Amino acid sequence: MSEINPAIAKPSETLLTLDRVCVTRSNIPVIENISLSLHRGEIITVIGPNGAGKSTLIKTALGIIKPDRGSVDLMPLSTVGYVPQTVSIDPTLPLKVERFLRLCPGTVKEDAIAALQMVGAEHIAQQSMHTVSGGEMRRVLLARALLKKPDLLILDEPTAGVDINGQAALYHLIQQIRTSLGCGVLLVSHDLHIVMAATDQVLCLNRHLCCSGAPEQVREHPEYLAIFGDKSAAEIGIYRHQHDHDHNLHGDVCDHG
Amino acid sequence: MSAIMDDFIIRATAGGILVAIVSAPLGCLVVWQRMSYFGAALSHAALLGVALGLLLGLPIKLAILLISMVIALLLYLAQRLGSLGSDTILGILAHASLAFGLIALSLMPGLRVDLMAYLFGDVLTISWNDIAWIGATLALVFALLYRIWQPMLSVIIDSDLATVDGHHQDKLQMLFLLSLSAVVAVAMQVVGLLLIVSLLIIPAASARPFSETPEQMMWGAMITGIGSVMVGIWLSLAWDLPAGPAIVASASILFVVSVSLSSLFRHRT
Repeated sequence: MSEINPAIAKPSETLLTLDRVCVTRSNIPVIENISLSLHRGEIITVIGPNGAGKSTLIKTALGIIKPDRGSVDLMPLSTVGYVPQTVSIDPTLPLKVERFLRLCPGTVKEDAIAALQMVGAEHIAQQSMHTVSGGEMRRVLLARALLKKPDLLILDEPTAGVDINGQAALYHLIQQIRTSLGCGVLLVSHDLHIVMAATDQVLCLNRHLCCSGAPEQVREHPEYLAIFGDKSAAEIGIYRHQHDHDHNLHGDVCDHG
Repeated sequence: MSAIMDDFIIRATAGGILVAIVSAPLGCLVVWQRMSYFGAALSHAALLGVALGLLLGLPIKLAILLISMVIALLLYLAQRLGSLGSDTILGILAHASLAFGLIALSLMPGLRVDLMAYLFGDVLTISWNDIAWIGATLALVFALLYRIWQPMLSVIIDSDLATVDGHHQDKLQMLFLLSLSAVVAVAMQVVGLLLIVSLLIIPAASARPFSETPEQMMWGAMITGIGSVMVGIWLSLAWDLPAGPAIVASASILFVVSVSLSSLFRHRT
């Protein structure tokens, strides 16, 4: 359903495996029993409401947070590119975009420029990190993650605060990167219904996994085409939840009705 | 007579310049991490080091270094683990150790301590031996900073990104605090415990408007710091002012000049 470069669609290696991962904070579970496996060339989108544990899941996958139970296995010798939502740099620290990228170990100026070209942001290479816009910041952070030629790309809310056309452009970019690097992609979004169309698997998280499945293409949906045009619609997918339970305000599971 | 005069001026200037040089990169790191209160707490706590050094007969600089390291570690742990705000913890630790230091000094019988020299510095009495200490500290701190400068910048910008890149945030912070403690120990003689932080942060702040890279800011802070020391010592000799405060006053005036110039340039372009 998604177009994977045939060269990299060979028997796919498992890049990341989470097995029944639990994380608690002060005895309160933040995520419970999360299992997932991500293969090379695959895109997994994790969606969930605020407080569902999406950031915790990402940080656990990155190894920043150690799980209380369960295991996180990353393929040996694989490199991980992490794209945070944003970085807040203290205004007293003078820093240009190109220099920011060179802080990634082993990066020379040419690499930094090449990575910026990949994300279409080479024009801001000499701009101060304090003056780039929100959308440009996303691209700069994406470029930083690309410097390491990652096997696995992990993105935290790459489209938060970006309008739907901007989302489509970012999704297009992520898909291009997936195809050219052959990496696996794990991305998190707070948008419960609109996901990246190229997503292979959507996981709906609310402390535990509520449901999962593939998104539906909206490309042919006339209402979407009318509103957003076919350019954006090609990148956007709709996810239909199939819950067999509800959540109360505390996020606890309760019965239907 | 004039040869003796010249010699102490040379010693004071050399010691002051060395301290300004080593303060520049550390001062920038303090400013970027918004740690000036941390630096102040650390330097006030150093008075406890002075007292312990006198009590136990240790070299004062070594005692200050040790106590600063302990206090830095405590502050760091308390900030990470405690439920109180970091400013509260800093205030408690800094003033508690300052109070205990003052009490310990007052209890020492038959020992006449020139408290003013510790609080406000006494750069004009600096010896070649002191300068050797400062020089050694400078060499060590620079050797260390040369290795951890880039990783420190990564951690300062985003600790999660730095962790994913394989940097150990805790280890880097410890090395940074160790360097800061060492600088507190040797800078005390130049500007005094109460004014050390100003020597760290004012030159860095003066360099900020004219810097586009972290390193430019570091070099700018170094030049401004050296300038402040030279002007301060000259003012101190010319008008018989206390040298430490004169150095800090010069640094402050340079800061005002820097901010004014930068706003003038902004208006023009």
